[in-house]
Amino acid sequence: MNLEEAIRLRDPARLPSRRDEDWRWTDLRGLLRAIPEPSRPLEPGDIGPGPFDGLPGDGVSIANGSGPEEIRVAGGEVRTVILRHVSRGDGAHASRLRIEVGPAARLTLLESHEGGGSGLSLLGIDMRLGTGAACERLVLSDLDAEAVAVVELEAELEPGARLGQTVLTSGARRQRFETRVRHPGQGAEVRLDGAYVLRERRHADLTSSVRHEGPDGRTDQLARGMVDDQARAVFQGRITVLEGADGADARMAHNALILSDRAEVDARPELEIFADDVACAHGATVGALDEEVLFYMRQRGLPEREARTLLVTSFLGGVIDRVEAPAAADRLRSWLLAQIGAAS
Amino acid sequence: MLNLRDLHARVGDREILRGLSLEVPAGEVHAIMGPNGAGKSTLSYVLTGRPGYDVTAGSAELDGVDLLGLEADERAARGLFLSFQYPLEIPGVPALTFIRSALNAQRKARGEPEVSAPEFLKRARSFAAELKMDFDMLKRPLNVGFSGGEKKRMEILQMALLSPRFMILDETDSGLDIDALRIVSEGVNALRAPERSMLVITHYQRLLDYIRPDRVHVLAAGRIVASGGPELALELERDGYDKYARAA
Repeated sequence: MNLEEAIRLRDPARLPSRRDEDWRWTDLRGLLRAIPEPSRPLEPGDIGPGPFDGLPGDGVSIANGSGPEEIRVAGGEVRTVILRHVSRGDGAHASRLRIEVGPAARLTLLESHEGGGSGLSLLGIDMRLGTGAACERLVLSDLDAEAVAVVELEAELEPGARLGQTVLTSGARRQRFETRVRHPGQGAEVRLDGAYVLRERRHADLTSSVRHEGPDGRTDQLARGMVDDQARAVFQGRITVLEGADGADARMAHNALILSDRAEVDARPELEIFADDVACAHGATVGALDEEVLFYMRQRGLPEREARTLLVTSFLGGVIDRVEAPAAADRLRSWLLAQIGAAS
Repeated sequence: MLNLRDLHARVGDREILRGLSLEVPAGEVHAIMGPNGAGKSTLSYVLTGRPGYDVTAGSAELDGVDLLGLEADERAARGLFLSFQYPLEIPGVPALTFIRSALNAQRKARGEPEVSAPEFLKRARSFAAELKMDFDMLKRPLNVGFSGGEKKRMEILQMALLSPRFMILDETDSGLDIDALRIVSEGVNALRAPERSMLVITHYQRLLDYIRPDRVHVLAAGRIVASGGPELALELERDGYDKYARAA
């Protein structure tokens, strides 16, 4: 299976399906009988405002599949890029973007996924972080209910590089964020966080795989979310510590709140360790809001809706507390608050 | 002020309150004492509207308003406060944020303007000092990682800031050492006022040395089986509950 080929060749048989182990909870072949026509080009005027408007940074747009194919940040440079991935209509499109961050450079990538219509889209990013480089990738996905969308990141880090990622999403008809990281150890650090707020029949899948290939690397992952109505969340996190990657420090946590009997969370956290002297931990919880705590809050005067919102906001806010770009974090926080207010 | 008539309540299939009647006039402090399992905590939950506690007969009025028809938060806005025997932890929500949100929600429900942040902070600082609490504790998530005694102080601090008209103290002395008991009791006594009443639920007489009740009631098997002055508490301390448990 290969989604990019499926779109390019308009061949639904190539779509990932439940027979592919990694895609069993996000079946695209069972969902789509045919690949839609290629998306029509968008005029700049069709794009409208984006969620990171007003923040300083260089704007880059990929609209219905058309846009730049490469972003380069030279060694030592400090840059913010506001990347908008916009889809409109009911067509299909796939794009690839290469991001090179030179040695000791710093990139803040503010990435949004917007629109979606009732189409099918794929954005694949290949990222290389040079020695001592840093990338803070903050993703905000606010798609139409009928969209089907996949966003992939393949990242390769050099020693001492830092990748921080936070994905916030309200899901779509079917949506997946897939992140694969080659982790060299040797002082490199990876943070792979995410938060989802899903309602109605929306679906979001956060899948990641980190391979520690050298000694003394850190990976820290915190994913949290809430599902309501008939929504479905998927979390698949895999951290592999290869032979020789001794001294790795890997932490993974996924906590989900289920607010409705018909909502669903499928979680598969995996740690595979083939090295020595490794500190690894993972924790996963799936539960409802604590009724005793809710009563306590209501006894103090908070109406039920307000109490629920406060609990969910503080629960999901824990993910945003870890973001290292304050101005963008405020945008993420407001967006989350609006989503929770609408959902609870 | 508080008027309970022939209250019957059940939790699941078990009838816990079986015809409880009680009147607490404005400005008075009444103590409810009784053996374990008599229904003391059930009474506090029934009055405050905890889900799962079903009233099957009788009435409960605060200032002539039927409490039983109101949601838990509406009862709080009417001035009803319960100091929990086991206060809950609220991860991720700083104590100050929580109390201010609760206070403003109550004020909004009563049609009063919000309390401004500086005014609220000023009052919080002053009450925290009276209760000998480190103000930094109020910036931490409510009750998370607090000791039993710290949680009880936090209950009294919330009570002071929310300024309720009717307070229920459920086993407030449990988990407190003597120093903490004195400080907490002083905090409670400072809230005594002619227009306020309190119901102090306790298993032991000890707390009543510090918070002096006007009346003492014995609750056994879901009913008030005896009432008297403060001397009744001393008698219970001496003779135990056997007599009343049998009478019930």
